[in-house]
Amino acid sequence: MSNLLVVAELQQDTFRKSVFEAVCHGKKIAKALGASVHVLIPGSIDKQQAAQLGEYGADEVLVAAEEKLKLYNADLYKSVIVNTAKQLDAQVVLFSATFLGKDLAPRVTAALDMVMASDITGYSVDGGNLQVVRPMYAGKVLAKLKLSGKCVISLRPNIFGAEKINEGQQAPVKDAQLPALESKVTVKEFSAKGGDKLDVADADIIITGGRGLRSAENFAMLEKLAALLNAAVGATRAAVDSDWRPHGDQVGQTGKVVSPKLYVMVGASGSIQHWAGMSGSKCIVAINKDPNAPIIQRADYSVVGDLFEILPVLTAEIEKNR
Amino acid sequence: MKIVVCLKQVPDTEANIKIGSDQKSVVEAGMKFIINPFDEFAIEEALKKREAGTAESITVVAMGPERTRDALRSSLELEVNEALHLVTEDDCIDGLAVAKVLAEQIKSMDYGLILMGKEAIDDGNMQVGPMLGELLGIPCISLATRIDIEGDKVTVKRNTDSGVEILESPLPCIITCEKGLNEPRYPSIRGKMKAKKMEIPQQNISLGTAGVEKISMTYPEARSGGRVIGEGPDAVAELVRVLKEEAQVI
Ligand SMILES: Cc1cc2nc3c(=O)[nH]c(=O)nc-3n(C[C@H](O)[C@H](O)[C@H](O)COP(=O)(O)OP(=O)(O)OC[C@H]3O[C@@H](n4cnc5c(N)ncnc54)[C@H](O)[C@@H]3O)c2cc1C
Repeated sequence: MSNLLVVAELQQDTFRKSVFEAVCHGKKIAKALGASVHVLIPGSIDKQQAAQLGEYGADEVLVAAEEKLKLYNADLYKSVIVNTAKQLDAQVVLFSATFLGKDLAPRVTAALDMVMASDITGYSVDGGNLQVVRPMYAGKVLAKLKLSGKCVISLRPNIFGAEKINEGQQAPVKDAQLPALESKVTVKEFSAKGGDKLDVADADIIITGGRGLRSAENFAMLEKLAALLNAAVGATRAAVDSDWRPHGDQVGQTGKVVSPKLYVMVGASGSIQHWAGMSGSKCIVAINKDPNAPIIQRADYSVVGDLFEILPVLTAEIEKNR
Repeated sequence: MKIVVCLKQVPDTEANIKIGSDQKSVVEAGMKFIINPFDEFAIEEALKKREAGTAESITVVAMGPERTRDALRSSLELEVNEALHLVTEDDCIDGLAVAKVLAEQIKSMDYGLILMGKEAIDDGNMQVGPMLGELLGIPCISLATRIDIEGDKVTVKRNTDSGVEILESPLPCIITCEKGLNEPRYPSIRGKMKAKKMEIPQQNISLGTAGVEKISMTYPEARSGGRVIGEGPDAVAELVRVLKEEAQVI
């Protein structure tokens, strides 16, 4: 029987949301390939929590609870993953295309001389070979690719969804075998971002502000609405380039690619480069004073008018409806 | 110390992408090509390091078809020291195959630092930098927003999705560049004049067998026509109702 390895990412000692999606779809791929699913967790996690991945399809969970892996270091994480993949003779190694997955997957691919497809949004198995769909040219086209041989894939987060395939099932949890852990790179400093600051890449709802916001201070209006909806605040490049928002908040072709459930654009025109980063959102709402702004044609719902009049009313209405 | 910058030429961000009749290629006629925007950050950073005296020279290496020369010419206009064109007509989407070609080439070059963009905006693979590090056996730090070099050590700042990291690595190493690192400059008249006379050596290369094969390309489904709920604050109540009841997203 062949093996599929899923790499699970922790954040503050618990699973990131994308882990469940990765395990669940890892299982679906494994089933089609006749493989079993092993989940590797670099870092330490409560055993009970680890075992619960069985519900999502894990046949076995391997925990690499080692002090040196507490802080993310690409070389060390890579070594653990490569070691485990070799032991399992893994046919497929699967990541979520988060920051960490994007950083690690190519290293693992090169170390194991495998074949890689990043940021996939679809897959199928055909005669033992994996075929994947992934956006190219900033989502202007979708490419279908055939991967021959052993491969590494990363799943674009929030696209696939997670379901409990085996309700109630617990997976056996074991210690992962650790190779020698060495890296020339040292982490000098790490400052975790404020606990309440949700990253656009993780959020189910994003409220994005553009040039129409006019100042950094005015983003407080978006923060307020975002807090009510447990949403993240995003920005267009125009807002970032004006120094109103940090670069990490930029959505678009040269920013982050997001696919939340709800994407609200306030005072942003919907340029082709911005669209490239958020067109995968399930529902798009625009608030713009210009009825001819490109985003009004493309959003699912829009309200035309002055954002400074509309936002306070919207915030109050949402608060009332909670 | 010498810096090598890896560059890719890509379609302009505004470009309309038209799929060819073979369903696999993109129609290039009339399309404008640019230096990959993230690679511009790499070039700018290299120029800054040379100005600061930490780097003595900058070599730009680009792999791609004949038209790639234009991007290399643009980099010469910015006054990098030399440009090298690895010529292939193969539209290679296999990141590892590309990294292997670059590794083979760079291995024999004299370098202390390799800079490149965090990803190419055409394939969006985000693979080559870390792969190259692996193949050359040197550290790779991705997504830098600040790079400080002191002696044979480099300190890099980057934003991860859980916070801000400051990393330190010995040279040589590879660093991939993220937006926020710097503001790329425009070429000067002097640079433009100089670049005209410079040679761009070409070298034919062949990509190894690619494990990634393109089967077809399609356009994403167009989003169905949107709906204007109304104008001004009066439309808000209806918007909230629709989001709750129809779209069920709040
Ligand atoms: C290489 C390259 C890469 C790029 N990458 C990105 C990227 O990753 N992300 C990105 O976002 N952009 C990117 N851009 C920039 C992009 O082209 C646009 O310039 C940018 O997205 C515009 O931002 P905006 O919508 O905030 O501003 P604008 O286009 O100026 O739109 C502002 C909108 O606000 C509306 N407005 C103004 N005042 C009000 C008000 N009081 N009430 C209601 N509405 C109001 C206006 O009607 C207008 O539609 C890139 C550009 C290039 C060339």
